[in-house]
Amino acid sequence: MNRPEHAQLQQRSPEQLQQLSLEMSKRIIEITTRAGSGHPSSSLSAIDILACLYLRPIMRYDPHYPDWTDRDRFIMSKGHAAPALYVTMAHAGFFSPDILPTLRELDSPLEGHPNMRALPGLESSTGSLGQGLSIAIGHALAAKIDNAPYAVYVMLGDGEVQEGQIWEGVMFAAGRKLDNITAIIDHNQFQQTNAVKNVMPTLYPLAPKWRQFGWHVAEIDGHDIPAILRTFEELAAVRDKPKMIVAHTLKGKGLSSFEEDTQSRKHGKPLEEDEIAAAISELQRQYEYETAQ
Amino acid sequence: MNIGKDKGLEYGPATRDAFGKALAEAGRRKPSLVVLDGDVANSTRTEYFAKEFPDRFFNIGIAESNLVGIAAGLAASGKEVVAASFAAFLMCNAFDQLRMSIAFPRVNVKFVGSHHGINIGQDGPSQMGIEDMALASALPGFTVLCPADAPSTTKATMAMLDHEGPVYMRVGRPKFPIVYRDDCSFEIGKANTLRHGDDVTIIACGLMVAFSLLAADQLAEEGIDAAVLDMHTVKPLDEEAVEAAARSTGAILTAEEHLLTGGLGAAVAQAVCKTSPAPVISVGLDDTYAASGDPEHLLDRYNLTPPHIAQAARKAISMKHTAELPK
Repeated sequence: MNRPEHAQLQQRSPEQLQQLSLEMSKRIIEITTRAGSGHPSSSLSAIDILACLYLRPIMRYDPHYPDWTDRDRFIMSKGHAAPALYVTMAHAGFFSPDILPTLRELDSPLEGHPNMRALPGLESSTGSLGQGLSIAIGHALAAKIDNAPYAVYVMLGDGEVQEGQIWEGVMFAAGRKLDNITAIIDHNQFQQTNAVKNVMPTLYPLAPKWRQFGWHVAEIDGHDIPAILRTFEELAAVRDKPKMIVAHTLKGKGLSSFEEDTQSRKHGKPLEEDEIAAAISELQRQYEYETAQ
Repeated sequence: MNIGKDKGLEYGPATRDAFGKALAEAGRRKPSLVVLDGDVANSTRTEYFAKEFPDRFFNIGIAESNLVGIAAGLAASGKEVVAASFAAFLMCNAFDQLRMSIAFPRVNVKFVGSHHGINIGQDGPSQMGIEDMALASALPGFTVLCPADAPSTTKATMAMLDHEGPVYMRVGRPKFPIVYRDDCSFEIGKANTLRHGDDVTIIACGLMVAFSLLAADQLAEEGIDAAVLDMHTVKPLDEEAVEAAARSTGAILTAEEHLLTGGLGAAVAQAVCKTSPAPVISVGLDDTYAASGDPEHLLDRYNLTPPHIAQAARKAISMKHTAELPK
């Protein structure tokens, strides 16, 4: 559909984004604990990048017209980070934040993993790892066929890229010079049972592998908001190559309770009810420390 | 393949040829039609479309998972998409992508698997699609088509493209006997009655439709009056036609070039049990992969020739209920 009127989205400063990211991190903790399941640590590693994409915003979209033909697309390939995406989309105006506490409840549009038929604005149904890059390529190919201006963003997990389908997509996207795709690896170093370096040591180093396949690769601190913004802007100018951001992130960012688990950073485990207050104030202290720097 | 030629079967083009030509024809009418190939376009015959519309044809490479995912993205951005490969590779290699990227979000993509069944012969079981209908049927919302001959494949291709929702259609490699000489109606979900009869109903799909007609001729010589249905849509099954057949003839035989598990026979048996119990005998591959060899010998070895179908029909008749069924 066409967007009847292009409502200019509010532009936010890095400082505002950092504050929003803090608020969203708190929400992730609250709603996953309330649901009793979900993936808060895998959501916290992704939240700063999502804040930049949706709330700077880097992406062009209209929350009131989620089917606008020329909108930029975002595919959450690591579908278990759904809480981060939901919280971000609520802040972006796709739906009321009041719905957030219904995460994972029966008949809530906020299913455990993203269901594009349940929630307007979701571009894909994911949760079986490895599939989002190919879907993103399909959107990007459609844009090339139609000479349409939209860009496609896809977020991958670093464990996820062990799936063979990812590399099928990596080859194809570069071969077709799909410069309208930007993939982001949320490189938080941990997967479900162990550290990535223990499960699949040969995955390291990541960036040269993607470069070898013909991608333009940037490597950044995935929690450094000015760096994230700068990188997206620089990559927008790169032509004839698909782009990859290897974002070094922390699984369970800002919370000692997650970081203490050196095995998997409490993969898929929410905090207990009685840990919430301490976690929220820890996030707050972390934010104050970072913004004072 | 010459099965039945001596009994008057006339062989026409392969169903893959009919599909390829119909697809190219559709490309002329549908500017948003995009075709994806897994590097087998000269086998699936999507090459006809590729030659005419190179800008709307993409060889994804030998990467079926990526093929299905790209199809999902293209469709979500408004393209009409047909993705084709060998039945075996498309359905088996990319099953989770079909599940998660297509079926679950109900994405409107049309999939075509060629080289179905064991009629491909010498290339052997690695290339034979014998689980494809079971896999496709297992996906909620999928429509599953197995047309009988070239003319009906042309119609099936058009019907598939006009259908809203995911479809899987299987087409064959060798020349298939012609079933529809004059006109052929093809309505998704509606069986075609090719022959009326009172003693037994043979419900078949694909190559087995022509063979079933020949089997019915053979049975007629013995005084057995067999009806034949072309069940080109395996899902959603025309349960009304199945029920009517079970009630009117009291015995059902199914014939398919597919595993007996999860294919036409299983679907028909399920439908018969629900509404109008009658014996159901099924001809198909019984929990086995086939050997590699020439198609005629293979079809004979795995009981998929007209005489085998006739023999199974006799067995179905012998198992008929003697008591009157409750109305």
